[in-house]
Amino acid sequence: METGKQASQRGRAFLSTCVPVYLSTYSRLLLWLIPLSFLVIAFFYPLSRILALTFNFNTFTGENLQLASRVLFFTFYQAFLSTCLTLLLGLPSAYLFARYDFRGKSLLRALTAVPFMLPTVVVAAGFSALLGPRGLIHTLFPLSSFNFIGTLTAILIAHVFYNTTIIIRVVGNALSSLDPKLEAAARSLGADSFRVWWNVILPILRPSILASSLLVFLFDFTSFGVILLLGGSQFATLEVEIYLRVLKLPNISLAALLSVIQLVCTLIFSILYTRIVTRSIIQTAPRSAESNARKPKTLREKIFITSFVFLLTSFFLLPLSALPFRSLFRLEADRGQRGEIQYGLTADYYTELFVNRRGSVFYVPPIQAAANSLGYAGATVAISLLLGFPAALALAKPTRLEKVLDPLIMLPLGSSAVMLGLGFIISFGAWLTSPLLVPFAHTLVALPFVIRALQPAIASIPERLRQAAASLGASPLEVWKNIDLPILRRATLAAATFAFTISLGEFGATLLISRPEYPTIPVAIERFLSQPGGLNYGQAMAMATILMLLTITSILLIEKFRIPGSGEF
Amino acid sequence: MLEVHHIFKTYEGKPLLNDISFKVDTGETICLLGASGSGKSTLLRIIAGLEDADSGFVSFNGQNLTSTPPHLRDFGLVFQDYALFPHLNVNDNVAFALRMRRLPQDEIGKRVASSLELVNLTGFENRKVTDLSGGEQQRIALARALATRPRLLMFDEPLGALDRTLREDLLNELRMILHRTNIPAIYVTHDQEEAFAIADRVLILHKGEVIRAGNPADVWANPESAFVARFLGLGNIFEGSYIGNSEVETKFGTLAVHCEHKHQKGDNVHLLARPLSAGKARVERSRSEANAIQGVVTDVIFQQDRFKVTLDNGLYVYLQQAPKAGEKIEVQVKVECLR
Repeated sequence: METGKQASQRGRAFLSTCVPVYLSTYSRLLLWLIPLSFLVIAFFYPLSRILALTFNFNTFTGENLQLASRVLFFTFYQAFLSTCLTLLLGLPSAYLFARYDFRGKSLLRALTAVPFMLPTVVVAAGFSALLGPRGLIHTLFPLSSFNFIGTLTAILIAHVFYNTTIIIRVVGNALSSLDPKLEAAARSLGADSFRVWWNVILPILRPSILASSLLVFLFDFTSFGVILLLGGSQFATLEVEIYLRVLKLPNISLAALLSVIQLVCTLIFSILYTRIVTRSIIQTAPRSAESNARKPKTLREKIFITSFVFLLTSFFLLPLSALPFRSLFRLEADRGQRGEIQYGLTADYYTELFVNRRGSVFYVPPIQAAANSLGYAGATVAISLLLGFPAALALAKPTRLEKVLDPLIMLPLGSSAVMLGLGFIISFGAWLTSPLLVPFAHTLVALPFVIRALQPAIASIPERLRQAAASLGASPLEVWKNIDLPILRRATLAAATFAFTISLGEFGATLLISRPEYPTIPVAIERFLSQPGGLNYGQAMAMATILMLLTITSILLIEKFRIPGSGEF
Repeated sequence: MLEVHHIFKTYEGKPLLNDISFKVDTGETICLLGASGSGKSTLLRIIAGLEDADSGFVSFNGQNLTSTPPHLRDFGLVFQDYALFPHLNVNDNVAFALRMRRLPQDEIGKRVASSLELVNLTGFENRKVTDLSGGEQQRIALARALATRPRLLMFDEPLGALDRTLREDLLNELRMILHRTNIPAIYVTHDQEEAFAIADRVLILHKGEVIRAGNPADVWANPESAFVARFLGLGNIFEGSYIGNSEVETKFGTLAVHCEHKHQKGDNVHLLARPLSAGKARVERSRSEANAIQGVVTDVIFQQDRFKVTLDNGLYVYLQQAPKAGEKIEVQVKVECLR
């Protein structure tokens, strides 16, 4: 029989796993055990295999190095151009949102944020539906002879479409939290409006402009789906080249070399970004709560606002609406009847998804891809919550241990999806026939987001609440059940939806490791788009529309569950 | 009866609590009074079982509680920031401890109602705790702690976040509730007025040690050390050199001192001159320890029923009639020896 003392010691040991304040080093290690072993197996082991392949005499041939440097240069080049263009659209937009009140402002701001959360295949499909050879513009105005798909322009525009919201949010927040009294003070000291901007506002905004540009650059640098689908393989960035060297022109050691280069670059950018962010937090510490925005007064302001609202609305709305439109309208010349276009509403593209045609792209009805995607997403949610909860619990009250482990947990964010796929192929080649690998790859991508969604919620529960509950007679288990869990419910739902959305849209890793007979929605869209024929194209549109609707629903759910003010980039 | 036996605790290598022992009798309210950093909150957390002592132990009715986890101690705890559960309404907050004890539903309802009645918040059952004012939240926190009729109540600066008038009202209510329920209580505060108003016994904590314990009147009358006198704001505290025959040489001149200590000639002694004991000059010197001190008035502050008068030599006294600034006056003070 166990004594009361033993029982209460057991109680204490349990207490320490539940209530962060009591966490001993020992129980912290226990919390970390599962998430860390997952990371070691699914990330660090594959990473070590990639490194081993890279640092090998056969890898550093003149040919390989030449190709690598060419690819690296182009990756930088397109990311730099994309970032400049994004700033060009983003900075005036940030100013617009921060300084002026106009009708539909919050709606427009939400619209600009939608692309950021959309899967790359959806964005690519959207631009294809609008500007592609089978797109709306081309079929409605057959005279126009410009090419969009397969050009650098397409890549750049899609990148701007994706990332403008980052500039709007980061710079716009800094701008709107700028104390208007500073401007008034500068003016009273004799500065004209140009000098106010040049000497006061821009220097204060500089860290946020720098930080947001770097973030945009990072996303453009690691972009994969957009470049592959809109540019094609002639625009080989590091990501695309890795993919090509794995699946199309196999040269695994070159792929490994490229992904190491990629990892080093993203790590450098991430460190730079963190430094800038830390500095800018100090700089803009005192903030006024009141809004700086006002209604436009002068004619110049009204013209600026009207034209920019129009520009932003059409830029962000057209590709997004062209997609569902194109999925429901037949705009095709039927086979053999060249040049004659048939217009009409059709549900064929959707019904066709349920048919398993012989000689089609798939061995299963295409809609099976949707079922696969949902299954993978469900599994990803389960696994990433299981791993994310203990990690978030330990991170909520960080000690020196957590300060070391936190960047490790976030590291998969810095490595590209294609690289994760490559690592899986090298390390777990024998299990590639199993559909189980996919959710584990998705979990790697989703885990940092899940942890970041849970951690502030856990940390926000005051220790006093748990102590109060304990003093009122709640056992540690009851504290967890009655205090932590109800308060965390929303955050958990948000984290789950994050994982779900990420899994639904994940393209790079899935493309490499998914089995042909278990395609996901994004993989199916890619295959449809790469096949000839109006029916395949229409099915790609239908699939992409389904994915878009699923994602937008998820975004709305996340916004609903999210704790206000937490989890901004 | 709660007994605290020789508690020692260090924090980051520095001693925080140094051999603390005391008892709390049934129905008694004791107050741990100390500046921030004196270790009083840590002591409370150790008693509650939320923290472990390095050595020493806490017992209740003779039972050692060292291995009893906090939720089995049956000690109610009231925090400065209330710590109400934001996701539960008033009823569920107050019922929390009762549910933990798996009481039948109708019993819970009755007890919640009577607890709310005790804190004068009858009918608040369905309100959201986040909609309540600070004072109401603190009453709910009290009702929550009272609902199970715990065998000990502990208060950690419970009124610290409230404004002055509300604090006085709540303090009176609290004293009455403690009296009526007869639950022993430990009250932690840094505010000596609050402590003297509520406590049957005051323990003054300084650098991890109890440097003075006793009922409020005793502590007030006999602070025993310069620190306690200064901490309680009892009056002018200064040093002097003992010259024998109950007389001390000070910066105010040679003063006659009421003293029960045995001093040697040349001993350095701390003295206390209470401002209330002062009288305006030219009153006959009846008591031997009354001393006349002269000075020029530098400051006069009106304080409801008296004037606080500060002299150029640093001495302050309370007088019924205000002298003019710059006027030279003589005041009579009673001087006590502290150690």
